[in-house]
Amino acid sequence: MTMNPKLSLGPVLFYWPRDTLFDFYAQAAEMPVDIIYLGETVCSKRRSLGSKDWIELAARLSRQSDKEIVLSTLALIEAESELKTLRRLCDNGRFMIEANDIGAVRILSKKGIPFATGPGINIYNSASLDLLASKGLKRWVLPIELSNQTLRQIQLRRPEGIETEVFCYGRMPLTLSARCFTARSHNLPKDDCQYKCIDYPDGRLLSTQEQQPFLALNGIQTVSAKTCNLLPELPLLKELQVDILRISPQSTHTGKIIDAFHKALLNQGASDLGKYMPLGPCNGYWHGVDGQAELNSSGNR
Amino acid sequence: MELVCPAGNLPSLKAAVDNGADAVYFGLRNDTNARHFPGLNFNEKRAREGIAYAKSRGKRIFMAINTYPRPEGWERWTQAVDSAASLSVDALICADIGVLDYASRHWPDLNLHLSVQASSTNYEALAFYHDAFGIKRAVLPRVLSLSQVRQVVENSPVDIEVFGFGSLCVMVEGRCILSSYVTGESPNTHGACSPAQFVEYRETSTGLESRLGGLLTDRYDQHETAGYPTICKGRFAVGENTFYAIEEPTSLNTLALLPELYRAGVKAIKIEGRQRTPAYVAQVTKVWREAIDSCRKEPEAFVAKSAWIDSLDQVSEGTSTTLGPYYRPWQ
Repeated sequence: MTMNPKLSLGPVLFYWPRDTLFDFYAQAAEMPVDIIYLGETVCSKRRSLGSKDWIELAARLSRQSDKEIVLSTLALIEAESELKTLRRLCDNGRFMIEANDIGAVRILSKKGIPFATGPGINIYNSASLDLLASKGLKRWVLPIELSNQTLRQIQLRRPEGIETEVFCYGRMPLTLSARCFTARSHNLPKDDCQYKCIDYPDGRLLSTQEQQPFLALNGIQTVSAKTCNLLPELPLLKELQVDILRISPQSTHTGKIIDAFHKALLNQGASDLGKYMPLGPCNGYWHGVDGQAELNSSGNR
Repeated sequence: MELVCPAGNLPSLKAAVDNGADAVYFGLRNDTNARHFPGLNFNEKRAREGIAYAKSRGKRIFMAINTYPRPEGWERWTQAVDSAASLSVDALICADIGVLDYASRHWPDLNLHLSVQASSTNYEALAFYHDAFGIKRAVLPRVLSLSQVRQVVENSPVDIEVFGFGSLCVMVEGRCILSSYVTGESPNTHGACSPAQFVEYRETSTGLESRLGGLLTDRYDQHETAGYPTICKGRFAVGENTFYAIEEPTSLNTLALLPELYRAGVKAIKIEGRQRTPAYVAQVTKVWREAIDSCRKEPEAFVAKSAWIDSLDQVSEGTSTTLGPYYRPWQ
């Protein structure tokens, strides 16, 4: 019999105010998720919470609930100050780290500390997974653009004791840059960004010249305008022995989305998440086609 | 400081060698390299000819195997590594951890360079690849400012190569999937960004349109030259404005920064453009050869000559250039 996968709450990708984050995680402590990822993964200029605050929040959540708390690291590390923050997180001595940059993998493996990798670490094949497992990897998130067929092949040869997590719900992180696109959209340079991201709790919409919603700008990160939703793929996710389903936080209704996944796992009925996805769903990557596509479970458009 | 030039075919390779490249990089005719374009790249016979041409003139040859194999195609990548070893290339440029692992275990004497596609922007990441696979050099993504490049060079366990000239990828290479979001194919998986078979130009009553996978990337009035619809160089609407929301179609040109890169200890300058013509390769190589020689002779007195800049501007995308992320305000 296959085990039911666990549910995780991914790190908040967007710039939310400090109080919003505290409120959100106070609610998350009550949500039916098994794992909560905490931390700033996009921009080191965002200061709602510093690394010390994140570690304290992790301690508080872990006192209040029986959830596993993981600390997620910055995805693009350029400055020495960012390396310092990274080292502080890696040295927390208690919570597992989700490495979102190979620099984090290096620091952790050198210290012999087990770690997880986020969706931005390119594990596209078994040889990569094996090598990282030999360095202390315990859990990996399938890179966003890989399909269920690729995952099937990797799962067949998965090293023992490695957990597989799949990004199942949310606007998908598609790219990172040195340039801040939100600041640019306000005609501001990054060094004087005026923290404009805080005005866009789910990213700032970018559309084509024929008004087709396309992307959402999230500082130096760009995410999809559409929302990835793999809830209807649950039978296949289970068949592929995926251990963890990740739900990426959005500014509204995250609790309801988690409830829907939780209910589906308990066979308590399917929910329509359509109303929580402002610009509609997509699942193309999972089916091996363009990521923006929406296919039905048989793989047809 | 070494000048590393692109070759998408044998004439380009010869043009690079003849015009002063210290090293030339190329890829095979399949998805194992990040310029997998129709009609481009080398089969083994051509590669052998090219390598002989370069080596007999004292130049070095690097092979790029810098995409990310999925299990379905894994053998293509290991075969490419085996080919590189049998061709006795001077270095292999790789990105994927699995491929680096295979190469370092099966061909321990083969020099490994970390590709820009490996997205390594800090010295801790470089140390990982150095410790695990013994890489000798790393190519930095085009996201760091000059002071950040200095910081990486000072602390890096391996030599650093940076992009000096060519198309400007504004994203962290190896971590951008905009192309597959629209087409299903990305540089990581298929070795091409915004692949040609998805490109379409439509003449409409409102002007010429460029599309990628059906998605409108730009509209041009009759005075404008239509560009290639690379997603990040299109014009999109954000808020009230329609503009180059990600990047203008410009090229990177760091000629003016050459003395600073030199003093920072950068070991090699890479020229982008395996998809460009032999004439491009010849022209760009010639200018950069002169510039590097001039810089090495007298770094303090180095001035980018206007003739060099004019010459590079002629072959630039959008015929304009930028210092890109090296220059902080660009970010």
